[in-house]
Amino acid sequence: MATVEKKPIPLEFEQPLAILAQNMEALEKQLSDNPELEGDLERMQDQYNSLKRSLYSNLRPIDHLAIARHPQRPYTRDYFSTWDPAWVELHGDRKGVDDGAMVGALLEIDGIKMVAVGTQKGRTLRDKQHCNFGMPQPEGYRKALRLFHHANKFHLPILCLIDTPGAYPGLSAEEHNQSQAIAENLMELAGVTVPVVAAVTGEGGSGGALAIGVANRILMLEHSVYSVITPEGCASILWRSNDKVSEACQAMKMTAKEILQLGVIDQVISEPLGGAHHDYQTAAENLKNAIVAQMTELMRLSPEQVRKDRQDKFRRFGSFC
Amino acid sequence: MDLKDWFASRQKRKEIQEVIKQPLTTDEYCALWKQCFQCRELLYTRDLRTNLDVCPKCDYHFRVGALDRIEQLADEGSFDELDADMRSSDPLTFFDTEAYVKRQNEATRKSGLREAVLTGLCRIDGHDAALGCMDFGHFGGSMGSVVGEKVTRLTEAAMERNSPLIVVSSSGGARMQEGILSLMQMAKTSSALKSFADSGNLYISILTEPTFGGVTASFAMLGDFIIAEPGARIGFAGRRVIEQTIRQKLPADFQTAEYLLKHGQVDMVVSRNKLKETLARLIAFHKPVPQVVPEKKVSGEPSTAVRT
Repeated sequence: MATVEKKPIPLEFEQPLAILAQNMEALEKQLSDNPELEGDLERMQDQYNSLKRSLYSNLRPIDHLAIARHPQRPYTRDYFSTWDPAWVELHGDRKGVDDGAMVGALLEIDGIKMVAVGTQKGRTLRDKQHCNFGMPQPEGYRKALRLFHHANKFHLPILCLIDTPGAYPGLSAEEHNQSQAIAENLMELAGVTVPVVAAVTGEGGSGGALAIGVANRILMLEHSVYSVITPEGCASILWRSNDKVSEACQAMKMTAKEILQLGVIDQVISEPLGGAHHDYQTAAENLKNAIVAQMTELMRLSPEQVRKDRQDKFRRFGSFC
Repeated sequence: MDLKDWFASRQKRKEIQEVIKQPLTTDEYCALWKQCFQCRELLYTRDLRTNLDVCPKCDYHFRVGALDRIEQLADEGSFDELDADMRSSDPLTFFDTEAYVKRQNEATRKSGLREAVLTGLCRIDGHDAALGCMDFGHFGGSMGSVVGEKVTRLTEAAMERNSPLIVVSSSGGARMQEGILSLMQMAKTSSALKSFADSGNLYISILTEPTFGGVTASFAMLGDFIIAEPGARIGFAGRRVIEQTIRQKLPADFQTAEYLLKHGQVDMVVSRNKLKETLARLIAFHKPVPQVVPEKKVSGEPSTAVRT
């Protein structure tokens, strides 16, 4: 697994912290010549810590979005290789294409064997192009579907990691019937008789995320977001303006905490201070523990109960009078 | 008659004359005449209605509201509405430039409907069926909690009665104002349809101008048969979004019913005057036939057991 080799790139709202950190560094360099500066440095360190705490405890929805989209945020492959260094990757939809945006895997986590799928965003430019910036084509969803059927056949639980801006809106995607690919996944995933656990690790963008999100238990990392449309799309449709993204984020209630309150997800997983990109190991460990706990609980149910549990869960969603 | 009365009656006469002289307002004029969007022909509204809102000259299919659609498909007087009073609440207390509640009231005032879908039980050429019709005129036909719930309940009602399910879709997608709950309706309807499919009943999805986003990516694309109306635009992402993403001009017929037919995504494109007939035929074709079970001799009497 790629540990954080470089320092985390500060986000826009983290600028005050970054400046303070720079000053501290400069002070540290002078410390050997001027030992009397030690008191100043200590005070600065205190100031830095308190600022950090207050900054991260008062995040706006758009700040969560920025963290969820952070270029150094751990991706699906990072999690897989932390949890099971010997994980086996599975390719292809068996119909002609292998979509790089959707990763398929056989994993063994804490003794639980499972089939895992997840969207992958890509780190380098070439990588990003290969993964289509994390936006699967219909073939990606069909690859996931094939693996769901595989899991169902061999009674293996299914794990889905979600980190995608959405399904790819393109000419070929429409020609190959993106909507049918998503719809079929929703339908088939509702019907499998093995436990399904889904976790939103970054962005949960619309139908493209839900297509691998029909699960018995849905988890979200603290700074991840999940929404019906990208905030940019929402702002341009409802406000007819591209600079109302912050308002759109706020109005749609897309952060993990808000969605937990709406009763759509089951658990929010805490992240290291500042976001998962500050400490891959801790983030992966927290997520793993939650997944294992949920799966262990679900594996006690009979196949029919598991399916019923999932269908009942989704049957309840909605608000009307 | 005193002078005062005389003036009053003169004023009245004047007003009446003015009313008569006034030309028709645009609204009144449009109520009588409609121009075809495709061939620009002026069409008398009453004639257009008798022709099922299809231009008699160029076969352009106008958008049809849910009530008209039910009239066109269900046998006369057979439609029995379900969940007519269901209204969506405002789970997010959503506010963009206007409050969601206000927008809802506005949509109801414009369309005369409570929600973007009407569901109910009916007969189609004598066959029992569960019918749901979406209305693009109400809130862009968008799917919020109520649309999802009504479609799900309709599916369950059809399953209970072992009757075929028919849903006419026309929607811009999921309703943003209900956020993640709208998204979850996609999974909810699909999950209900999974149980429905397992029960061995027939589901026919009809796609009409326009069907996009969350509705296409859930129940609209899950039919045993998928029928599209001529010229209807159907897709996942909107044309503009795709053009911006790939920075290319798209073919003119992109995302039309005919384009989908060419790419193997729908079973057939059926014009509106043939639609009811086609539905009736498909339903009749899939009616469980009484099967003649090989006769068993019970107490010496030869008999033919008939199973339905």
